[in-house]
Amino acid sequence: MKKIISIAEAAQLIKENSSLMVGGFLRCGTPVKVIDELVKNKTGGLTLIANDTSYPEYDRGKLVVNRLVKKAIVTHIGTNPETGRQMNAGEMDIELVPMGTLVERIRSAGAGLGGVLTPTGIGTVVAEGKQTVEIDGKPYLLEKPLRADCALIYASKADKFGNAFLDGTTRNFNTVMATAAQTVILEADEITDEPLDPAEITIPGIFIDYIAV
Amino acid sequence: MTLSKEQCREIIARRVAREFKENDVITLGIGLPTEVANYIPHNIQVIFQSENGMLGVGRRDLSATDNPKITNAGGLAVTTKPGAVFFDSAMSFAIIRGGHVDATVLGALQVDSHGNLANWMIPGAFVPGMGGAMDLVVGAKKVIIAMEHTSKGKPRIVKDCTIPLTAKGEVDLIVTERCVLEVTPAGLVLKEINPLFSLDDIIRDTEAELIIPEHLQQIAV
Repeated sequence: MKKIISIAEAAQLIKENSSLMVGGFLRCGTPVKVIDELVKNKTGGLTLIANDTSYPEYDRGKLVVNRLVKKAIVTHIGTNPETGRQMNAGEMDIELVPMGTLVERIRSAGAGLGGVLTPTGIGTVVAEGKQTVEIDGKPYLLEKPLRADCALIYASKADKFGNAFLDGTTRNFNTVMATAAQTVILEADEITDEPLDPAEITIPGIFIDYIAV
Repeated sequence: MTLSKEQCREIIARRVAREFKENDVITLGIGLPTEVANYIPHNIQVIFQSENGMLGVGRRDLSATDNPKITNAGGLAVTTKPGAVFFDSAMSFAIIRGGHVDATVLGALQVDSHGNLANWMIPGAFVPGMGGAMDLVVGAKKVIIAMEHTSKGKPRIVKDCTIPLTAKGEVDLIVTERCVLEVTPAGLVLKEINPLFSLDDIIRDTEAELIIPEHLQQIAV
């Protein structure tokens, strides 16, 4: 059985100046409650790893607006003008990563690999400072694994083993992030007393350290 | 000839939609490329892939509540078509990067005579990020650029891109409201022209050299 903790307790597990993965694609499949608590606690200096910085008034977008993010490693910042403003003002570091590369960097960390070789970014600024490896005559970039101190994961439904089902397009980065952080906290729309059907589980509960309710 | 923005977008979307064949897997970019879905010929079935984790994307779901669970890459609620599948971002980009997408349609800030594409940033001015675009242009079998021919009167089809690239030499076809251009090893070949425009209109507003065949086809819409 997983340890079920309060949202406030979950937020205490995320330290100032730590790295934080947050699942979700814009608002879809994004955990929200622990983030609100981080905003309340003013837990700052975070390195945010996510698909995007969402919108100013929602979920991880609020971390940016409240100046709690020191660095963001993301694929897209266009929906949150505050991210761009802080970047241009030199108040926040932004590392823009191609989406397929970001997910594979996280996956490789969680899967015990030394990174991935991808053709994406060859001939662009993304390749700058990176090693190029030729395989069967074709060049690939060596992209290194990316892990975090903590990951916040969304689920539509979870049982007390931490096994999680993610509906619709909410899966996105949640599945890989659950494998790649020291501490993994799950927020679910519904916690079931009965175990989930093994055949309908999206994320095995072994990856989840805490369920926050 | 002056067309409204809406007229331009419809001409472009209609023409791009004719590039597909039965069962093609297609990923559309945000904005004008999304409108291509409205003009797919009725006699073919295609499968839309959405980079956020879905195959079989249907129409916009206007009945959806706040924060829907089934969205497109723009975060808008969509319906599913029969045969639809949901998956995570790792699977989504295995599909995209692994060559399982037949065609992608994207917008551009600049595209050049070598098939280089720039569509993710203008240094110091506009930096939305690349999202999935770099993977899409590298992985899709066919890369179609759908965009208005000029931006504020300035050419976007240039000799050499001057802003940071999305990918090198990956563009196959460029469709604007004025013409259809094919990227070939010899350069850009003018394949079709919209009869509302003269050849001079096109050459004047295109910085790249164009290879003009003897018999020009009219844009087919």
